[in-house]
Amino acid sequence: MTDTKPATPTSLPEELADKLRPHHFLIAAFLLAYPLIASDFWIVQIGAQTFFMGLIGLSLMLLAGYGGMVSLAQLAIAGLAGYIYAILGENSMNLGLGWPWWVVIPLALAIAVAFATIVGTLSVRTEGIYTIMITLAMSVALFYFCQQNYSIFNGFKGYAGLAPPQVFGIDWRAPVPFYYLALAVGALGYFGVLWLSRSTFGIALQAIRDNPRRMAALGYNVRAHRIAAYAVAGLLAGFGGLFLVWFNGRISPGTINVGNAINILVIAILGGLRRPIGPFIGALIFLLLDNFAIDLIDRDRFNLVIGAAFLAVVLFSPDGVLGLWDGLKRRLAKTAAERGKDMRVR
Amino acid sequence: MKLFLLTFMNGLTLAALYFLVASGFTLVFGLMRNVNLAHGSLYLLGAYIGFSTAQWTGSWYLGVAAGFFGMALVGLALQIFVFRHMEGQDLRQTMVTIGISIVLADIMLWIWSGNTYQFQAPDMLSGVAHVPLVRVYPAYRLVVLGVAIVIGVGLWLFLNKTAIGMMIRAGVDDRAMLSATGVNVHLIFAVTFAIGAGLAGFAGVVGGTALSIAPGEDVRYLLASLIVTIVGGMGSITGAAIGALLIGLAEQFGLAYSPTYGVVYTFLIMVAVLAFRPQGIMGKRA
Repeated sequence: MTDTKPATPTSLPEELADKLRPHHFLIAAFLLAYPLIASDFWIVQIGAQTFFMGLIGLSLMLLAGYGGMVSLAQLAIAGLAGYIYAILGENSMNLGLGWPWWVVIPLALAIAVAFATIVGTLSVRTEGIYTIMITLAMSVALFYFCQQNYSIFNGFKGYAGLAPPQVFGIDWRAPVPFYYLALAVGALGYFGVLWLSRSTFGIALQAIRDNPRRMAALGYNVRAHRIAAYAVAGLLAGFGGLFLVWFNGRISPGTINVGNAINILVIAILGGLRRPIGPFIGALIFLLLDNFAIDLIDRDRFNLVIGAAFLAVVLFSPDGVLGLWDGLKRRLAKTAAERGKDMRVR
Repeated sequence: MKLFLLTFMNGLTLAALYFLVASGFTLVFGLMRNVNLAHGSLYLLGAYIGFSTAQWTGSWYLGVAAGFFGMALVGLALQIFVFRHMEGQDLRQTMVTIGISIVLADIMLWIWSGNTYQFQAPDMLSGVAHVPLVRVYPAYRLVVLGVAIVIGVGLWLFLNKTAIGMMIRAGVDDRAMLSATGVNVHLIFAVTFAIGAGLAGFAGVVGGTALSIAPGEDVRYLLASLIVTIVGGMGSITGAAIGALLIGLAEQFGLAYSPTYGVVYTFLIMVAVLAFRPQGIMGKRA
């Protein structure tokens, strides 16, 4: 179990080589070959969307799982990156500044990180449930601001006609390139967080989650570590936000409303906050429900289905689907061990 | 000058509504350390149930009673069937209430559809009132203000002068110590939760009459309660009153004088309070 073993800083390649199992290769091969066997709907709606929704969920997992801070502002941060991309780049409303992509994308990410740092600076003053409340309040403040502001954010309508830039002569909006781009960034985020969790910073962050007082007494700057976690999470969310606007082709205040902000929490909790793979699993389940709930139950009752699924998870398996999986493995291992013991006794 | 006074009056009415919703929220939060993020859903559900009752019986007063007692029962059920089983797990309780609010919002949309409803207040309470300087003002809004003041004073008396109130206050300060003195903490929790939820339902009917009822109001009042509690400090009725006044006035003045950024003022107040007094104006340090 990864969670019972005391974490020590090791280099990621070593750790990886140690942990690699045949099924990891199978999954990697499957993800790479997936566009060859799936239809466009499955490639983009389910495949690519899983990666970037998972990425935004991952930013929450990093904060909540390793830092113990549940932030509901992650979608707002992602949305801000999307907005900046729309405002500085090109959009169909002729309102964009039309700057080149290699300026716009880094700038959008930088502003997302800056905003995340502000959110972090304010919310690390609070703890536990207060953090949820203040991040929720801040994300709603941004939502209203975008909705009311016409000079920068174009108010209620937002921006449309957004597309990924044409780089290397490839149309990144086409299903297969978009899938691979999302896969690449998603994988980068996943391994980045995995690496971070084993770095000195990540271990200090987890120690702060478990006992902030002791870490402060040891001379660690608790607040700086937490704010830095927010900044890193902001970068992940920023990337997710870019994909979000590329995928939708538009952004409006509705993209970052409370319901959607809570959906990110649902995604992260559904999957499980213990390991970076959780949010991706959560995103996959969420999107499958999102697209196929209509077949199961009356149209428009999607929120009922997702709400019930979320309730079931928080009531019966606080660690999400990952927790269920771990529990199953533990039970299997236990019964196997017990069987072995019984045999010895006899 | 007239605009100023009118805005001031509107701000006071809104503050009265916010106080009604947030006082229950802050009590439950302060006592049980449980952020009930389904509080806004209780407001909206109370409003809908009150509306349907009023339609059915033709009596507005019965609608108000249905809103209060219906939600008090729902609150009681939540406490007994959900929260009692996860005591001390703050985060899990919060998640569960988020789940409940998603499900409730969809069920309400299912039953009452997306229409906007408006109540008719009884003739005795509606019409116009003559207020000095403003001249005419909707009488019902003054009623809301009066009701909020009466309930505020009542809550204060209940908390400060009765045995149960004292236990609740003791619980806010130190829950473990309270149960160590042999008080039935579960009973106290149930009473507090019923009152808090009932007040939300009551505010739903009263607020639904002053403004209107529509899907999405649940989120609005939940956020208002959150901000009022953050600003006022958790577990304090006086804090809730101060917070509600600040937020209600800021919202209305923002709306009247700078419509574009009205909401931002509310947010700025919250940031300022957090920066200088993280526990809220009347809050105590945990």
